[in-house]
Amino acid sequence: MSGSSVLFDAPGPKARRNSLIASVVAGAGLIALAVWVFLILAAPRQSGGVTLPGMFDGSRWDIFTDPEVWQFIGRGVLATLQAAAVAAVGAVALGVVFSLLRSSEHAWIRVPTAWLLEFFRGMPVLLMMLFILLVASTGAFWAVVIALIIYNGTLIGEALRAGLAALPRGQREAALSVGMRYFQSKMLVEFPQAFRQMLPIIVAQLVVLLKDTSLGYIVGYNELIRTTMNNLGSFYGNRYMFSLFVVTLVLYLAINLSLSWFARWLSRRTASGGGKARKGASTPEDPDQALLVAEASAKARLSDQR
Amino acid sequence: MEQLWSLMPEFWEGFRVTLLLLVVSGVLALVLGTAIAAMRISPVPVLRGFAAAWTEIARNTPLTLVFFFTAFVMPMLGVRAPYVLLAFVALTYYTSPFVAEALRSGINGVPVGQAEAARSIGLGFRQTVSLVVLPQAFRMTVPPLINVFIALTKNTSVAGGFFVVELFATTRQLANDNGNIVIPILLVAAALYLVITVPLGFAAGQLEKRWVVSR
Repeated sequence: MSGSSVLFDAPGPKARRNSLIASVVAGAGLIALAVWVFLILAAPRQSGGVTLPGMFDGSRWDIFTDPEVWQFIGRGVLATLQAAAVAAVGAVALGVVFSLLRSSEHAWIRVPTAWLLEFFRGMPVLLMMLFILLVASTGAFWAVVIALIIYNGTLIGEALRAGLAALPRGQREAALSVGMRYFQSKMLVEFPQAFRQMLPIIVAQLVVLLKDTSLGYIVGYNELIRTTMNNLGSFYGNRYMFSLFVVTLVLYLAINLSLSWFARWLSRRTASGGGKARKGASTPEDPDQALLVAEASAKARLSDQR
Repeated sequence: MEQLWSLMPEFWEGFRVTLLLLVVSGVLALVLGTAIAAMRISPVPVLRGFAAAWTEIARNTPLTLVFFFTAFVMPMLGVRAPYVLLAFVALTYYTSPFVAEALRSGINGVPVGQAEAARSIGLGFRQTVSLVVLPQAFRMTVPPLINVFIALTKNTSVAGGFFVVELFATTRQLANDNGNIVIPILLVAAALYLVITVPLGFAAGQLEKRWVVSR
C-alpha cells in the first residue's frame, strides 16, 4: 500500500491545482504558527516588575562562548555515552543468555525463564533503577546501567528467540544429521543466523536504551540532562534555562538521529545481503512492533508445519 | 505484613493517578497520533513533511527531556498549570509518533493487490478505503497499538520524577519512610504495574496470533 495512487485515479489538472492550493494554505499555516511561537519566545517578559529580555536575546546565550561550559557539557555527553555503552554490551550478552534459556529443550528451564522475562518486561525501568538503588545500594551509575541491562536484555532476548523460531526447520535438522549435538547446532548453526536477521531490531533497541539513560536524571546519575539542566542550570540561574534546554535537545537529537540512521542503514543492508526471501518483507522501525511481527510469523510458520 | 497492609490506601491513591495519566494521555495521544498519521499519508506534501519531521523529532527526544520542558521550562515561559496537566502534555507528545507509526504501518501492511483488486471491480476511492483497506488495516493495527499503550503505562512512571504523585513517586516516598520493608513495598509497586501491563500484553498476543494466521 505504499503507492497511495492505487486508491484513486491519476490526478487531473483540477485535482493537482486543489492539491497545490491545499499545500500552500497548509504551508502558510505552519509558517504562521512558527512565527507566532518565535514571537512569543522573543518577546521581553515582565517578572515581578522587572523586564527580562526575550529568549533569543544575546544575554541568554552568552555562556556558550565560554569553553569551560562546553567542557562541562562534554563531560555530561560522555557520561551518557558511557552508561549507554556499558549497558548495551551487557544487554546484548544478557539477551543471548535469555534467548538460549527461553528456547531450551527442558521445560523446567524454559517456563521459569518465560515468567521471569514477562515480569521484567512489564515493569517500568525507573522502578527497576529505584529497586537496585535502594536494595543493592550500588550507586547511581550502576543502578542505571544494571536496570537498563536487565530491561533491554529481556527485549533483545525475545527478539533473538523470535529469530531462532523463525529459522527454517531444515537448518537444525541438517546440523543434527551431520552429527552435531543440540547445543552445537544452536550455537554454530542457528544462532548466528538468528542474530544476523535480528540485528536491525537489536540496534533499534539500543537507540531506545540510549534514550533511557536520561532516566538517570531522576535517580541522581550525572548524565547529560542532569549536567546541563541541573548543574549548569542552577549555577547560572533561571535566565539560561531555555538556552540550556535547546542545547541539550539538539545534542540528544544529533546523537539519536545518527544512531537511528545507522540502524536503518543496517536494516537495509542486511535485508538486501541476506536471504532473497526477506528482501520484500518490510521491517517496521519500532522494535516492539518488529518483535510482534517476527513472533507472529514464527508462530504462523509453526502452525504451517503441524 | 500489617505495616505493609496499612500502606495500601497510599498505593491505591498512586495507582489511581497512574491510571488517570494512562487513560487521559492515551486517548489524547490516539487523537493526535491519528491526525499525524492522516497528515503522513495525505496528498499534501507540506503536511507530509511536517508529520515526518514531528515523528522523527518526537521519537528521538528522551521522555525525561520532554518532561523537563513541560515541568520547568513551560512554567518559566509563563504557563501556569497544575503538574498533572503538564504531564498529560508531555506523555501525549511523546506517545503520538508511536501511535502514528503503528497506524501507518497497518495501512502500509495491506498488500497493494487488495486495493488494485477493489479498484478493478469498479469500487471508488471511498469504497476501496472503507470496505477493503481499512478493515484489514485495523486488525493489523490493534496489536501494535496495544503495545504502544503498554509502553505508555511504563512511561507514566517518569511523571513521578516531575512532581506528579503517581505510583512511582508514592513508592519512592513510602520506601523512604519505611526503611524496614523496602523490598515488599517495591514488589507491591511492581505487581501494580504488572496488573496493567500483563493483561494488555496477553490480549495483544492473542489478537496477533488469531489475526495473523487467519490472513
